[in-house]
Amino acid sequence: MANALDQLFVNLKHALVGLFPPAWQPLASVALTAMAIVLVFATLFALTTVLERKGLGRIQNRYGPNRVGLPFTRLRLFGFGQPIADGIKALIKEDFVPAKADRVVHFLAPLAMLVPLTLTFAVLPYGRNMLPLDLETGVLYFFAVGAGAELAVFMAGWSSRNKYSLFGAMRAIAQMISYEVPLILSAVTVVMVAGSLSTGRIVEAQLGHAGWLPDWFVFTPWGLAGFLIFITAATAESNRSPFDLPEGESEIVAGYFLEYSGFKFAIFFMAEYFGMFAAGGMAATLFLGGYGAPAPWLEWIPSWAWFFAKMMGFIFLLIWLRGTLPRLRQDQLMNFAWKFMLPLALVNLVAAALWHFMSPGLARWVVCSVVVVGPYLLLGRGLLERKGLGKRVYRYAD
Amino acid sequence: MTLSFLIIAVLTLAGAIAAVTLRNLVHCALALVVAFAGLAAAFLQLDAQFVGFAQVLIYIGAVAILIVFAVLLTRGGEPPQQQTFSLSWPWGLAVAAVVFATLAWAISGSFAARREPAAQVEATTKQIGDALMTRFVLPLEVAGLLLTVALIGAVLIAMRERLPESRTDNEGLRTDQPSAPSGVLDRAPSGGQP
Amino acid sequence: MTPLAGYLLLSALVFSVGLAGALTRRNAIIVLIGIELMLNAANLNFIAFWRFSEQPEALTGILFVLFSIGVAAAEGGGGLAWVIAIYRHYRTANVDEVNRLKG
Repeated sequence: MANALDQLFVNLKHALVGLFPPAWQPLASVALTAMAIVLVFATLFALTTVLERKGLGRIQNRYGPNRVGLPFTRLRLFGFGQPIADGIKALIKEDFVPAKADRVVHFLAPLAMLVPLTLTFAVLPYGRNMLPLDLETGVLYFFAVGAGAELAVFMAGWSSRNKYSLFGAMRAIAQMISYEVPLILSAVTVVMVAGSLSTGRIVEAQLGHAGWLPDWFVFTPWGLAGFLIFITAATAESNRSPFDLPEGESEIVAGYFLEYSGFKFAIFFMAEYFGMFAAGGMAATLFLGGYGAPAPWLEWIPSWAWFFAKMMGFIFLLIWLRGTLPRLRQDQLMNFAWKFMLPLALVNLVAAALWHFMSPGLARWVVCSVVVVGPYLLLGRGLLERKGLGKRVYRYAD
Repeated sequence: MTLSFLIIAVLTLAGAIAAVTLRNLVHCALALVVAFAGLAAAFLQLDAQFVGFAQVLIYIGAVAILIVFAVLLTRGGEPPQQQTFSLSWPWGLAVAAVVFATLAWAISGSFAARREPAAQVEATTKQIGDALMTRFVLPLEVAGLLLTVALIGAVLIAMRERLPESRTDNEGLRTDQPSAPSGVLDRAPSGGQP
Repeated sequence: MTPLAGYLLLSALVFSVGLAGALTRRNAIIVLIGIELMLNAANLNFIAFWRFSEQPEALTGILFVLFSIGVAAAEGGGGLAWVIAIYRHYRTANVDEVNRLKG
């Protein structure tokens, strides 16, 4: 029963592909997988927008959207009809293009943004036997294709002929390039230890259990550091708060998609969430054991449910951060990437190499922990001391 | 000649030609990306997966962005008022045509061009890594050194020179911002002593 | 599979287009774009010859391209830094107006 549920979608796909004539079966298989990915993530996007607004509302002590339900009925659905209303609004809104805009580039930018981010979903292992594209260089593919989104940001910002758009695009590109370095370096640690660039193999390396602890890479000193670096850099990479300077509304209105309206704006919005899903999926794959269950007695829950639970956990973390943290300043953002994250990511590589070559035991844990935590403390202290920051002192009215 | 190769070839060539002929420099950079993507697809078609994705990551993710930034920093975003091509363009075109004619003649005459490919080639990432760490370790180190040198050199060249206060450049444009009297702007009022 | 000549011809065409661009355009950035195209055409040649070679296990073509990509990245960074420095000095990025050694 558990196994049938686990392989439900795999068997469903095989059954559907079997309906086609044999010559068409490879094509049908690819098309079905692609359609499933697009449909699942588009639905998740719609749900996540409501979840985000409700979550932010909860954090800010107000109600989120809770009115829109099914039309002509009294069903409210707790406000989960909101994405339908939003979609209709985006579709029938005027598609505004500035008079001086570069029309071709302006039109292509949203597509150039959405397509690479959708392509990254191809190498995520969603469950047992549910890896759409088992590339031997899967992790490299993920980062290479994802890098295409930077160019789309530039296209959007430049073609709008608006200074705020251009500022936003320049900020976004500078930020994405800066944070891509620690992002990739933290993923390289996993590649080193797992010995493969294939996402399927990386997950398989984490499926075991050592006592009560699963063999996830996050439960190692370098893995924990790598995971923290990865999710911080991924937050910056998807331009989310507290790294959302590219769209800082108090300074540059809305950043690079300022001159977009209607459905093109919706596509940018969707691309941002797709980027978050991809980053969360990759974080789960690299560090959190992918589709693996955390304990053997939890394996009756299907593997794909674990994957999506881990991914949505990352999304929840991002929503929580957005509701909690204030926005950084541009110089703080750059300093944080180059002076703090990058050295730590490099040190983390050394820690992962030590972990790989030392024999298992307590000594390995101690040495790797020292290699990771020592530079963290030194660097943190050193960078903060020069700022002349003291301990925060609160003064209350007497 | 398979259909996929024809598509890739047409795409690459169109991108390359657009990259060197369009008037607007940003369009050139974007067309260059198309050419890079086409070449990466050709690499993938030749079973060189690792190199293909490295090409995408480095050329589209880094070099194209670098070019775009340089275009904006040199105010190339608007189409130029004067002519785009240099005065000696017929000579350049002729040289390129001669080079192509020579290459095409060599390719059509060569026996190597009619060679059959190996049935199945393996170039796993592991093999590439092994080769990089054994046979090619010295080139790898040299490439690393070169990249470091290029990094430091590029920063030094592009760094703004510290010019004296009153110096102006040839066109009479001040390169330095007129500096505010020191101590007025950079000392923000420090409120709320703890 | 496409014969080797197809890839070599494509590579030669891209190389010539890059060369023509580097020789005929006035803007230094397009000259750099032309050079990048020529390097890429050479890379395609390496990969094609590796794929059609008698000993693909040696991986020489692949590794040469990897180093070539590294060198091209260094070249791009250095070249564009020069373009920016020249623009700052001469207020132009056109190569035929940069004809003085004296600042």
